[in-house]
Amino acid sequence: MSHLALAVPAATPLIDATWLDYLLVVIYFGFVLGIGFLARRSVSDSIDFFLSGRSLPAWVTGLAFISANLGAVEIMGMSANGAEIGLPTVHYFWVGAIPAMLFLGVVMMPFYYGSKVRSVPEFMFRRFGTGAHLVNAISFAVAQLLIAGVNLYLLGSIVHALLGWPLWVALIVAAAIVLSYITLGGLSAAIYNEVLQFFVIVASLLPLTLIGLHRVGGYGGLKDKIAAFADSAPAAAKVAPAGQQLESWPGQALSGFSSGTLSVIGIVFGLGFVLSFGYWTTNFVEVQRAMASKSISAARKTPIIGAFPKMFVPFLVILPGMVSAVLVKEMVDLKGGGHPAGGASGEGVKYNDALLLLMRDILPNGLLGLAIAGLLAAFMAGMAANISAFNTVFSYDLWQRYIRKDHSDDYYLRIGRLATVAATIIAIFTATIASSFSNVMDYLQTLFGFFNAPLFATFILGMFWKRMTATAGWVGLSSGTISAVIVAFLSEDAFGSASLGVLPLSGQGASFVAASTAFVVDIVVSVLVTMVTEPKPASELKGLVYSETPKEDLVDPDEASQPWYQRTMPLAGIALVMVLILNFAF
Amino acid sequence: MPDQTTGAGKKTAGAFDIRNIIGLLLGTYGVILLLAGLFGDKALDKTGGVNANLWTGLALVVASVVFLGWARLKPIVVPEEVAKAGDDPTRPAPRRRTSGH
Repeated sequence: MSHLALAVPAATPLIDATWLDYLLVVIYFGFVLGIGFLARRSVSDSIDFFLSGRSLPAWVTGLAFISANLGAVEIMGMSANGAEIGLPTVHYFWVGAIPAMLFLGVVMMPFYYGSKVRSVPEFMFRRFGTGAHLVNAISFAVAQLLIAGVNLYLLGSIVHALLGWPLWVALIVAAAIVLSYITLGGLSAAIYNEVLQFFVIVASLLPLTLIGLHRVGGYGGLKDKIAAFADSAPAAAKVAPAGQQLESWPGQALSGFSSGTLSVIGIVFGLGFVLSFGYWTTNFVEVQRAMASKSISAARKTPIIGAFPKMFVPFLVILPGMVSAVLVKEMVDLKGGGHPAGGASGEGVKYNDALLLLMRDILPNGLLGLAIAGLLAAFMAGMAANISAFNTVFSYDLWQRYIRKDHSDDYYLRIGRLATVAATIIAIFTATIASSFSNVMDYLQTLFGFFNAPLFATFILGMFWKRMTATAGWVGLSSGTISAVIVAFLSEDAFGSASLGVLPLSGQGASFVAASTAFVVDIVVSVLVTMVTEPKPASELKGLVYSETPKEDLVDPDEASQPWYQRTMPLAGIALVMVLILNFAF
Repeated sequence: MPDQTTGAGKKTAGAFDIRNIIGLLLGTYGVILLLAGLFGDKALDKTGGVNANLWTGLALVVASVVFLGWARLKPIVVPEEVAKAGDDPTRPAPRRRTSGH
């Protein structure tokens, strides 16, 4: 009964979808495009287009904040990690996201929002001038294009798996849909779709998780099966011991370090501090969501409200991955060292297929369509987030500042839409590059290490040390990034076969070390350069540096009169306690 | 919040309420899954004996009612003041169009 599949003759679809499933997917696309058209009515100038008119409530921006990150990479990548190494994957959430999100809301957001900059690179410009701004704006723009390509590739590969369309057709169709809703509605459309996507994802992954657990006999049954599997697997398959797969700490299966102590240090400092703070606090894709909120209080609460659902996302992505690895025939075979044929790529089953194959095996038609809609939603939203952040930085930070100044607002709105089109086309090409990397997570972590870790070092120094000079800004940033690249080249596999293998580091451990190196080098170089260069006059640092900003500019005067559950600090405190409890519980 | 409106600067960017859209989508999905659970192929061998479509459909309908009800009870407040970007002297123009055009 699959009419759509008949219309496009191609490879055998991975999933046996019926008209009911297609109906649910088509309804979703109707809503997505509908939001684009509705949002278009309310876009009247470039601030509307790029920053949603700074008018959204905190729960909307908070959900969009995590949805922007809950894309293909997170869902497929984290369930893949769950299938491969089990519970230690939770560190990407509880260590690698929540603390940094809370820090962003409590400490950094007042500067971003209060200084009224329109982008993170623009903050860089006002604090450090042209050099650091260019480094930041260009590296960010390039990274967004790459990541948009990765998201698009995963989106294309699931359409390929689902409908049997050739990958390139799937890529172009998917890109066209994303393009149409962002060019129509700008950031509002992107954010509203992200919020919608969040609920569709939960509605599809929660039943998948529950049915999966039911099938393996609950969480206890899952543990028993994973333990039995780890004991019986052939040594050549290098399956992590059951103890490592079922306890989040010390997480050697994740870090790749042989020493438990080093592994904890690597995860806490490398992932939890450098990588995650670098990513969450300086990444404009995320910060842009908070900047779109209606007040400084809402902006600060954006990442904090987002932290609550974020804590529970691992149960929806990692658990199905773990279930898949003991329940789905192909995954069991793969984990046992085999090379089963098939998979979304058609080149054999990979860990990234864990979720798709589990869906195929345990969801009835109907729920299957909902799950497909959820995945497509996530992949599109991830890509849309990258592209909407890219077009803002491109239009404001590159085009307006360096290429065509002093044009009308309409002009920049038009440039923003053109940048969106260009970015989408480039993403299609990037997607074809991404298709040759087997482990998408590694590839991205490597990138984050290069761009984000030194950024965080520069921001935090710049925000709290008024003497830090403009020269120190760009020199620190560049040397930090370059040092990360060098470490990655010297490691065993951070750049795949291009790495030299001089340092005994591999997998995520190599990313942790590269990012940590970038952080330390950035701090040291910035301090040294500051000593020999001239600082900016204090009058130019108001709103940008802690000691030069009046305390009342950093908080919302209305917040004191609100009940405790609407205030920034109590919410952040609760989130912190909850995530600590989760860390001890698993 | 201060009670002054800024004339034409009053924004309607949030005029269409996302809660209604969420409620509508989840409700549509809920009803379809409910029907599929009642009349469609239950695929009990896949789910381990649970009528997954039916239960998910029920849960979605409940969620839908919650969102529609929330939007009805507390309608969206159009923000009275929206912070204007455009007061950064280091930024190249354009000055933003002033309100009241």
